[in-house]
Amino acid sequence: MDNLQTKAINTWCPGCGNFGVLAAFKKAMESYKKEDIVIVSDIGCSSKIIDYLDLSSFDSLHGRSISTASGIKLGNPNLKVIVFIGDGGALNEGISHLIHLAKRNSDITVLMHDNRLFALTTGQFTAASPKGLKTRSTPDGSIEDPLNPLELMLDSNGTFIARSYSSKIDHLASIIKKAIDHEGFSFVEILQPCISFMDNFKFYNEKIYELGEEQRTKEQARKLIEEWNYNGEGKIPLGILYFEAKDSYEKIMNEKIIKDKEVNIEKCLEAHL
Amino acid sequence: MNKKDFSILIGGAAGQGSRKAGLIIAKIFSDLGYKIYIYDDYQSLIRGGHSFSLIRVSEKEYNCSKKKIDILLALDERTIKEHSRDLNEDGLIIFNQDKVKEVKGVGIAIESIVKELGGIAIMANTALIGGFAKIIGLDFDFLKNILEKEISKGIEKNLEVAKKAYDLEEAKLKIEDIGESMPLLTGNEALSLGVVAAGLETYIAYPMTPATGILHYLAELKDCNVLVSQLENEIAVINAAIGAAYTGKRTMVGTSGGGFALMTEAISLAAMSETPIVIVNSQRPGPATGVPTYSGQGDLLFTLNSGHGDLIRFVIAPGDVNEMFIWSGKAMNLAWKYQTPVILLTEKDLSEATFSFDKNILSEVKKEEALMWDEKKEYQRYEITENGISPLAFPGGDAIVKATSYEHDEYGISTEDEDIIKQMQDKRLRKFESMKNEIENTESVNVYGDNSDVAVVCFGSLKGIVKSVCEKIGIKMVQPIVLEPFPQKQVLEALKGIKKVVCVEANALSQLAKVLAQNGVKVDKSILRYDGRPFNEEDLEDQLKNI
Repeated sequence: MDNLQTKAINTWCPGCGNFGVLAAFKKAMESYKKEDIVIVSDIGCSSKIIDYLDLSSFDSLHGRSISTASGIKLGNPNLKVIVFIGDGGALNEGISHLIHLAKRNSDITVLMHDNRLFALTTGQFTAASPKGLKTRSTPDGSIEDPLNPLELMLDSNGTFIARSYSSKIDHLASIIKKAIDHEGFSFVEILQPCISFMDNFKFYNEKIYELGEEQRTKEQARKLIEEWNYNGEGKIPLGILYFEAKDSYEKIMNEKIIKDKEVNIEKCLEAHL
Repeated sequence: MNKKDFSILIGGAAGQGSRKAGLIIAKIFSDLGYKIYIYDDYQSLIRGGHSFSLIRVSEKEYNCSKKKIDILLALDERTIKEHSRDLNEDGLIIFNQDKVKEVKGVGIAIESIVKELGGIAIMANTALIGGFAKIIGLDFDFLKNILEKEISKGIEKNLEVAKKAYDLEEAKLKIEDIGESMPLLTGNEALSLGVVAAGLETYIAYPMTPATGILHYLAELKDCNVLVSQLENEIAVINAAIGAAYTGKRTMVGTSGGGFALMTEAISLAAMSETPIVIVNSQRPGPATGVPTYSGQGDLLFTLNSGHGDLIRFVIAPGDVNEMFIWSGKAMNLAWKYQTPVILLTEKDLSEATFSFDKNILSEVKKEEALMWDEKKEYQRYEITENGISPLAFPGGDAIVKATSYEHDEYGISTEDEDIIKQMQDKRLRKFESMKNEIENTESVNVYGDNSDVAVVCFGSLKGIVKSVCEKIGIKMVQPIVLEPFPQKQVLEALKGIKKVVCVEANALSQLAKVLAQNGVKVDKSILRYDGRPFNEEDLEDQLKNI
């Protein structure tokens, strides 16, 4: 793929984890043709990425980007559809869509930039924030335990569940490519430090380790997924935690439709006589 | 009994099959050349309660009910209790003798017949139809043909049951054969066929009465190749539909008030991203859950103002089954011509009522092609143009297509620049102006009757009843079909010289009168009904005579 640069001026904070995601995504794109790709974004810092990529795109509503993406795939199953969404969009505003898309094995790739709080609204807790996190809306510390998004995806019948890290550009690029090539729903949690409100580079660098590429049972995957409790305890495995082959929703739906069939309203009316 | 215009009511508990039996009876008369209008009344339950179909059979087209009934068919006792007071003096009651006692009329032991022949309980309604067919003087073979078409399961046993009841009765009436039959369609079915004729490729919905009929009908309509998808909620539905439309697929969604409320954020998205989409809002009485299986027009102002931000959307309210077909087709074509949300505003009494459909109008709806990118220079999704319409291109081809919810430049990149923000809003304003011109230059208002200084204004399903009464008592009637952009010139022209304007509406706040006031029409009186039930001819005539 040729140069993906647009005229847009990048407005992320210097040192933001999102630069790593942008670099990794561009690298992953090297194997595809421009016209085969549609990127969809949500709201927040993560979603600014589509302005920086000269690809067909739809900048959707908060939490609804995953639904828009599923409609794009339904409308044209030849496109590869990738969503950029934050933890707030995926796990707060849009969690019902996320669960249902995983359940129906919708053939889209969800890249969840997990900075573990709302950043562009100047710092409030999300469903991914660690318990006790002090933000402007939780000055005494958040009293809620965080969700484990990978566990949620496993229990929602997700068929490709992975985790990577914005500072490991080659690893992330390779995971993104595998997620796009997977038929069906693919979910990648990207640990993405927020330099302004939650600078956890050091924490991640100490805790992460890379997994091998072997296929795992759900039980084996669950063990690895539960290794880190999102509150500070445990090592953090990176890699494809779970995958399985299964026909996608859009493939099955579109197979029912006969292309270029002539529509005959008069014939429809015969049933009403 | 006037044999050119009469009413039949068939009622029973939910689960007794009164609606299906009503439809079969309507088909009998439709095959004899009569025009049909069926009002179906049912409650939000699956078994028990009280359901009925009120069937108007007439030589002339009416599309509304009368209060008085000529033939009452009772599957249970409650039907007699609820409706015998509305029976005409020379009316006839035909009843389930196994359930109803001490009633003057013709009793048929429909449940005993079914039991004796080893049928299942629901077949009692077939027995009632069999007896009824004999009473109105039909040949059994005529009935047999219709039953064979209408009943797919256990037809042999059903025919046996019908014949037994038929043979037990005597002919009391003779119904004349007066012409060719017409197809019978519900409003939802006509709406579905109209959008299909205009190129519908994808329908996405979440079930909600009274729009669910569209979902069922399109899912079954194998001949038309529409991809039908049911998603987790109305928010997913409309956002996915916008995604499908972005790839070039003609897409519609359908719901009722509560679901429509959930969709409004995305109506704003469709307007901003300039994505074509047709949204059906079939109303029930509100607020909130309201009364799910009854009718109302209380969403008018909400629909006209749906979506946040400075936007206008087409809002179209067809008045009968033929207008449902034509205007749903137009809605789809307008959505693609102007790349904008179009709302079909209807209500239970049109969505779910059954009408005789004029198939000669089929050729009036054709798919019209949208303005496409000519591939001469680099594609810009939001190219600034004189009429505000930017050519379309779809992803997967040579163009980079950047659609967006954020304010944007011509290419589709987010902006916060004051000049670009204004330029883009001005582009959309010019498009809204083009939409307004389109409506003023299309016949968007029905006007009936003349030589009267009183005019009634109504919209949607009330067309049928108001037209019938106004014609009878010689009052002018004005029915705007398009409600936004409001066809102000056409309405003002229609009301020229009128001294008294009366609104007839199925809501409590007289919302149409407010719309008219915004457009320079002072409404003198409003006749409102908001109990979920339709107006009937006799009552509305009394109310209109007294103004």
